[in-house]
Amino acid sequence: MSIAFKTDESFREPFRYANSHEAILRFPFPFAEDRYMYSVNLEPHVRGGPTGAFEAAFDVDEHYVAECRERAMVLRQDPSRCVVLPHMASAQWDTLELIMESLAQDYPEDFTLSRDGERWTWVNRPLGIHDSFVFGDVRSLPYEPFEYATRQAQGDFTLQDQREDNLFIDGGMVTTQADWSLEFDVGMTFHEWHGPVPLAHDLGVFDRALQYLMRLQYGKPVRRLNWTMTVNPRLDTSPENYPIWGPDRTTITPENVGEKLHLRVELQTLFRLPRSNAILFGIRAYLASIAELARAPKWGRRLHRVLRDLHPDLAAYKGLVRYRETAVDYLSAFDDGAQTSAGIGPDIARLPTKS
Amino acid sequence: MIQTEPLALRVRDVAPLSPTLKRVVLEAADGGPLPTTQPGAHLSLALPCEHGAHHNSYSIVSGCHDRAAYELIVRRTATSRGGSRFIHEALGIGRVLQSSAPNSQFSLQSRARRHLLIGGGVGITPLLSFLRELRGRGGHLEMHHFAGVAEVPVFEALLEPFASADVHVHAGRAGFDPLPLLERQPLGTHLYCCGPAVLMNIVQQGAIAAGWPPTSVHSESFAAAGGDPFVVRLARTGGEIAVGEHESMLEALENAGLPVPSLCRGGACGECLTAVLEGAPDHRDHVLSDGEKAEGRLVMPCVSRAKTPFLTLDL
Repeated sequence: MSIAFKTDESFREPFRYANSHEAILRFPFPFAEDRYMYSVNLEPHVRGGPTGAFEAAFDVDEHYVAECRERAMVLRQDPSRCVVLPHMASAQWDTLELIMESLAQDYPEDFTLSRDGERWTWVNRPLGIHDSFVFGDVRSLPYEPFEYATRQAQGDFTLQDQREDNLFIDGGMVTTQADWSLEFDVGMTFHEWHGPVPLAHDLGVFDRALQYLMRLQYGKPVRRLNWTMTVNPRLDTSPENYPIWGPDRTTITPENVGEKLHLRVELQTLFRLPRSNAILFGIRAYLASIAELARAPKWGRRLHRVLRDLHPDLAAYKGLVRYRETAVDYLSAFDDGAQTSAGIGPDIARLPTKS
Repeated sequence: MIQTEPLALRVRDVAPLSPTLKRVVLEAADGGPLPTTQPGAHLSLALPCEHGAHHNSYSIVSGCHDRAAYELIVRRTATSRGGSRFIHEALGIGRVLQSSAPNSQFSLQSRARRHLLIGGGVGITPLLSFLRELRGRGGHLEMHHFAGVAEVPVFEALLEPFASADVHVHAGRAGFDPLPLLERQPLGTHLYCCGPAVLMNIVQQGAIAAGWPPTSVHSESFAAAGGDPFVVRLARTGGEIAVGEHESMLEALENAGLPVPSLCRGGACGECLTAVLEGAPDHRDHVLSDGEKAEGRLVMPCVSRAKTPFLTLDL
């Protein structure tokens, strides 16, 4: 079944963005219970999960075409958003192979990969791409392989080299990030690039996560969910562009908070790559306004409770402080105190009609 | 690549290389492309044997570019628990085996300026995949392989496609002193060693003596499993399971209907970590720290055994 791509969306002023009913119901809502704290919430990444966002290896949704166009814009303005250190050359080809094979397998109506030895032909119908190249020969592609492949996938990607009993972030395509800089972080170790995260270090979260990830097996990827909030459906909330989006946080009012304030969820996937033994980290970002999410009654109740009771250090780190009270007040209208089920699913197959 | 089920592999070819070495070529039973292998990877094959299934790991010698087949070289071991004997005596063309996806605990290092490969006997197998990959990438390498006198021609033939001034086959390792070899390597060289335990010890001790940083020394152990029999006591259910001299603790548990979660089956991934309540473990893994091993409260049943006649596990 083909996806109805929304080709005219804009993730920067003037914003044009909305989720269809299907997109809302398949959203990877990140809260499995009514409160939130950091944990090593890794689970096997299999095809299938609590909502539609978990069906494919790399999820493609109705925003695909618009997001790829947005990525191209960011890269035109700032090429430093895509960096791969020279020693990660085989990891680049690993990434291209993984993304192309996965998209072709999960979305055969939209993507086709044909191979004759090292001569590959890649067809991306939504983007109108039809390229033949020699696998392993960088001269036969219009971009280096990592950039070529990630320009055609939603979400950010980083490459981790495993050496010296540690993981090093030695490459990435980062255009839809929640306020972190690839250029600043490239070359850092696992604990170094997670430095700014509050509380989690003391909980030992990163010690355990590192040990687990260094044993990540080829063919057995894992995933987890991360979240923050964004004012306006803006994907590029990079430190580099803070002067552009920072002031958005001052524009929230009780009248507009439902439409303007978005829950930003990252479905993070981790794949061991074959030739390089590196780890590909996919950071697939999803945006939905709190008004959209509150159309699912369970999510309206839960989102209210999570935000109301969130640890102040987490609220500060996630940049929620200015508008948190306004958001909690707005969401209180959707919380009648009823019990909510465990797990992240919406518990409904259709959104109730708007009142 | 997401591989939740075992791979079904069909034997395309089986051919002797020497009286105790056999070349096995496996293709996908459904005729489709195989997952891209990893340099240094091995397959864990389920092989039918007396007590049930044995899972034996064999390094893949073929290259990443070959999606049509995986090539293995299997030594018929004198102390075989049945796995390699099955391969040498009973495995025929067309037979379908269940296998893990390629899995590697032994990898090429991306930041190495030079790669020094030292192998012994059938330990050549992961090194062959390294050679193939390094030649494809244009990496700087030096290789020394030690073979029994009678097998030198076999290994020279295997190395023939990679022959160069830097690739050497030595007849026997009597008198081999690794120090000069290790001391003349430039900084930034990484060492990869695979072969009999005695050779690996000599090389690893030499690296320490030559002042190599531990993170530049990599090895893959083909050490024969097995040891003195002992009894596992199950603290929670109260039962007892005998572990024979040719089976691993993990296999004994599985054959008794008590599978512990497992993955690499080689003492490297940590998946089968189990708590020990009584008895002294004989640690043979690469995961527990020296402190954890000394405390004796954890064990990896896939490779480790017991120093005491009984070992009580929290199962």
